Amino acid sequence: MSKGVLVDVTRCIGCRSCQVSCKSWNDLPAKLGEFSNNWDSPGKLSADTWTNVNYYIIEEGDQLKWRFVKKQCMHCNEPACESACFTHSFVKTKEGAVIYKPTDANKDYCVGCRYCMIACPFGVPGFQWDKAFPYVLKCRFCYDRMQEGIEPACVTSCPTQTLTYGDREELLALAWSMINNDPRYVKHVYGEKEYGGTSWLYISDVPFDKLGFRTEAYGQPVTQRSIPSLTWDVLKWTPYIFFGWGAVLTIMRAYTKRRAEVHDESELYEPVDNK
Amino acid sequence: MQLGRHFTFRMTGFRKLLILFVLIAVAAGLYRFVFGLGAVTNLSDEWPWGLWIGFDLLCGIALAGGGFSTALIVHVLHKDKYLPIARAALLTSLLGYIISMVSLFLDIGRWFNFWRPFFYWGFHSVLFEVFWCISLYTTVQVLEFGEIFFEKFRVPFLQKILHKALPFLLILGIVLPSLHQSSLGSLYIVAIDRLYPLWWSMLIPFFFVWSAFFLGPAMVTVEGTLAARAYGREPETPVFSSLTKVTLVMLIIYLIVKIVDLVYRGVLGMAFNGSFESNMFLIEMSLFIILPIIMYATPSIRNRQNGVLIASILVVVGVIFNRMNVVFTGMAKAMGGSYFPSIWEWALTIGMWSGLILVYCFIVENFPILAKEEHAHGSSHSVGTGFNA
Repeated sequence: MSKGVLVDVTRCIGCRSCQVSCKSWNDLPAKLGEFSNNWDSPGKLSADTWTNVNYYIIEEGDQLKWRFVKKQCMHCNEPACESACFTHSFVKTKEGAVIYKPTDANKDYCVGCRYCMIACPFGVPGFQWDKAFPYVLKCRFCYDRMQEGIEPACVTSCPTQTLTYGDREELLALAWSMINNDPRYVKHVYGEKEYGGTSWLYISDVPFDKLGFRTEAYGQPVTQRSIPSLTWDVLKWTPYIFFGWGAVLTIMRAYTKRRAEVHDESELYEPVDNK
Repeated sequence: MQLGRHFTFRMTGFRKLLILFVLIAVAAGLYRFVFGLGAVTNLSDEWPWGLWIGFDLLCGIALAGGGFSTALIVHVLHKDKYLPIARAALLTSLLGYIISMVSLFLDIGRWFNFWRPFFYWGFHSVLFEVFWCISLYTTVQVLEFGEIFFEKFRVPFLQKILHKALPFLLILGIVLPSLHQSSLGSLYIVAIDRLYPLWWSMLIPFFFVWSAFFLGPAMVTVEGTLAARAYGREPETPVFSSLTKVTLVMLIIYLIVKIVDLVYRGVLGMAFNGSFESNMFLIEMSLFIILPIIMYATPSIRNRQNGVLIASILVVVGVIFNRMNVVFTGMAKAMGGSYFPSIWEWALTIGMWSGLILVYCFIVENFPILAKEEHAHGSSHSVGTGFNA
C-alpha cells in the first residue's frame, strides 16, 4: 500500500517542530537566517531545507486569518522528476516515497543536469550550488523510517495532529469525510488529482490559491494528468519515427539517385587560400 | 603561420583577440570545475538552467540545423546545384554540436558521471533521447567529415570502409537530428502550466524540428556570405536565392500551424493581452516569421545579395529569439526570482563561440570545404540557376 500524509491546514499553529525534526533526523546543515518582515524561515525549500512552514495572512471582510502551511516534496503518484531523469536517479518506491538514488540507495548515477528541477511542477528539488560535486536534494519521506514501519520525523514531532500518516487511499477517504462533516472546509483535497495525484494531501478552510498552492495556471485549472503521461504521449513515437523516417529517406535517396548524375566530389572543393 | 608540414594558420589581430577570449574561457571553465557552479554562475533553484543551456546548447544545436537540412536536400533529394554549400553546412553543424556538448559538460554538476546515461537507461526521459541522439549524431558527423579529412591524408583502407558506410551514415545523419531537434522542444512539455501558453504546446516538438530545418538554409546563407566576405570571394548568391524557396514554404507552414494550434487550444487571445510575454510573442511572429516570408516572396529582395542576407539573418535571429522566449520569457512568471548571466557565464559563452570561429577558419583554410572559385562563378555544370552572381 502506498503511504501518504494528510495535512489539515486548520490545525497548524506554525511552531516549526517539523522543520527542526527534519533537519535533525536527516542531518541537514542549518544556516543563520537574516531578519525579514515575515515569519517564513528560511522561506523556501532548498537542498538544505527539505520542509518549510509558510505563513499567510488572509483578510476576509473585517476578519484576519493566519494560516501556516507546511511545504515539502509532494511525492507525486507519477513523479515528473522520475520521468525527467535520464539516468533514473529519482524513483517512486512501492511505499510511496520518491527517493534520490545517489544519496538514498547508494547508486551514484546522477549527472547533475537539473532537468528534474525544470520538470517538478511544485518547484521542490534543490541543488547544492556551493559544492564542487553537487547533489539534487529534497524530502525523501523519511524513507529509512518508513521501511521500519515508523512515520516520518515531521509527523512524529507535530504537537497539534496537523499531520496524519497512513495509507493514501484511507487518508483520502478521511479527508472527504472531514470536509463533508464540517462546513468550514473548502471542498477540495489538494493533491487528490493535481498532476495525477500526490502522496501528500492537504485540506483547508481557506482557498488553496491563497496559501501558495497553484490551482490554476494562466486562467486554466492546473492539469490533472500526470506529467510523465504527457511526455510519454510524444516519446512513444520515437521508434516509429526512427524507422519510418529512415525508410522514407532511403527510398527518396534511391529514387532520385537514378535521375541525378554522380559527381566526383573531391573535384568540387578546395581549401581557401588565405596567404 | 606554418603548423607542421601540412597545416597553415594565418595570424591576424582579430584572431589573436579571439584566442584571448578562448583562454579566458578556459580559465573560467577550470575555476568552475574546482569550485562548483554556484561560484561562477548566477543560477539558482528558481533558475536551474541559464545561458549555457538556453543559448549555447539550444541555440547551438538549432543553428547547426543547416547540417541536416542541407544533407537532406543535397544527398537525399540530390539537388546538385546546392553541392557547393554542402560541406560548409556540415562543418558548421559539426562545430555547433561540439559547442553544445562542451557547454553541456560545463553545465552538469556531476560531470564525471556524464557517461552514465549510456548504461543506466532512463528511457522515459526526453533528455535520454536527446543525449543519445546528440552523441550518436556527433559521431556520425565526425565520420562524415572523415571523408573530407581523407582527401587530404589518404588512407585507402579506411577510406574504403568509410565509403561503404557513407550512405547509411547519411540517412542516420538526418534521422537522428530530426529526432533530437524535436526532442529539445519536447523537453518543455514537462513545463505545462508554467511555460506561457503561447509557447507551451503538445506540438512544441514539431515547432522545434520544423524551425531547426528551415533555419538551415538561412544559416548556410548567412555563414556562406560572411565566409565569402572574409576571404574576399564571391558569395554563392544564386544558390542562396534558390534555397529561399524551401525556407519560404516552411515558414508559411510554420505560421499556419502556429495559428491553428493557438486557436485550437483557445489561447490566441493571449497573444494580444498586452503582457510582456504577448509582446515578445508578437515580435517573434511579425519580425522574424512574417517579415522574412514577405522578403523571401519578393524576387527583387531575395535575388539581391544583401536582400537574401538580411532576410536570412532575420530567420536565424528569429529562431534564437524563439528559443530564448521558451527558456526565459515564457518561464519567468512561473519560476519567480530573477536571473541574469554572470560575467563568467558570458566569458565562457564568448570564448566558446570565438573558438568556433577560429576552428572554422583553420579547417576551411586547410581542408577542401568551400567550392572552388570558378564553380562559384557559375561556369560549372553543377552550379548556377541561370544568371551570374
